[in-house]
Amino acid sequence: MMTRRFSALFAAGLIFAGAAQADQAAQVHAEKAWIRVLPASLPAGGYVTLHNTGDTAIALTGATSARYAHVMLHQSTTEGGMGRMSMVEQLAIPAHGSVALAPGGYHLMLMQATKAVNAGETVAVTLDFADGSHLPVDFLARPANAVDAGDTAPAGMDPAMPMDHGGAMPHGH
Amino acid sequence: MAYPWGMAISDLRMRACRAIPWFAGSLLFAAALLLAGCQRGEPLPFRLTQVTGHMPDLDFNLVNDQGKPATGADYRGKVVLLYFGYTHCPDVCPLTLAHLHVVMQRLGPLADGARILFVSVDPARDTPEVMHAYVNAFDKRAVGLTGKPGDIEALSKRYRSAFSREPDPGDGNYEVSHSSAIYIFDAQGHARLLSTPADSQDDLVHDLHLLLAPGAKP
Repeated sequence: MMTRRFSALFAAGLIFAGAAQADQAAQVHAEKAWIRVLPASLPAGGYVTLHNTGDTAIALTGATSARYAHVMLHQSTTEGGMGRMSMVEQLAIPAHGSVALAPGGYHLMLMQATKAVNAGETVAVTLDFADGSHLPVDFLARPANAVDAGDTAPAGMDPAMPMDHGGAMPHGH
Repeated sequence: MAYPWGMAISDLRMRACRAIPWFAGSLLFAAALLLAGCQRGEPLPFRLTQVTGHMPDLDFNLVNDQGKPATGADYRGKVVLLYFGYTHCPDVCPLTLAHLHVVMQRLGPLADGARILFVSVDPARDTPEVMHAYVNAFDKRAVGLTGKPGDIEALSKRYRSAFSREPDPGDGNYEVSHSSAIYIFDAQGHARLLSTPADSQDDLVHDLHLLLAPGAKP
């Protein structure tokens, strides 16, 4: 694993030779970042679509935010009619591929807001990558009954998302 | 409507009852099921999984999100969408409830004839107050139900819905697995349909239309 990560870094280093920030975070483009705000101090789900614009695979390892005491990378699964959540150590994003953290699949679990988060607010979240690099992303706080990032999110959104719990498969293009 | 099967089966019964009464008995039982199914005329063209006759009527003894006792009988006259979950579930439970909110919106005024019953499988953390704030963040026709662990288990077992709680590591942050199905009951409290996350919103709207306004076109 370390060797692979090292060689990935090495390759990335070659490609971005001369660039000051030739790290994993620098080759990520983030969009459709939003948080589903729940009442009281209940944990919230954070979602974002990450595009890897580089020639090497990278991996998301977690996130932090000044507005939440804990942020964890989780995955929801539905197997045999049972829904459950599990911790995710690393979420790989293939070279020139993308991964959607979307409802019913991969998500950030944002726990214990340091100050109440209201729908409409922008919350700064820092995404952490396997090489130790970080990417600050603004997440839009949306109401509990939102089904997606909404019209105000940058880039095109599907107006009607199907009731699909499996929408977080990594896919290259 | 004629019942050709009824005739055939009574003929059969006359000939066979002496020799193999158990066989005739089971035929009679099958005939009774068929007749019961035909009583309302043409079967409704449901798209979701039909469970009519396979699951018991809506019945429970829980506490609603106003802190008052609630039973299944309180919801007779309403089409009920029963869903098990818990409020410390940041992803799938809110997704399901958000989708049900969209479904209710798409039903328009008909939605007033329906109620979403969100039953907590985590009563230790889900007090009526927490449940009230939670369900109202999704839809005004949603009701949060919690109660004694034994009463919740009884309801879950009644519909063969499974849930499990992981041991509390000590900080109160434990996870709960739960059945992702939505159980749909008609206004008489009869279990009619089962919806899973794989079903489309369109199918839910279509079938709820049939239950809420059988004469109207969805």
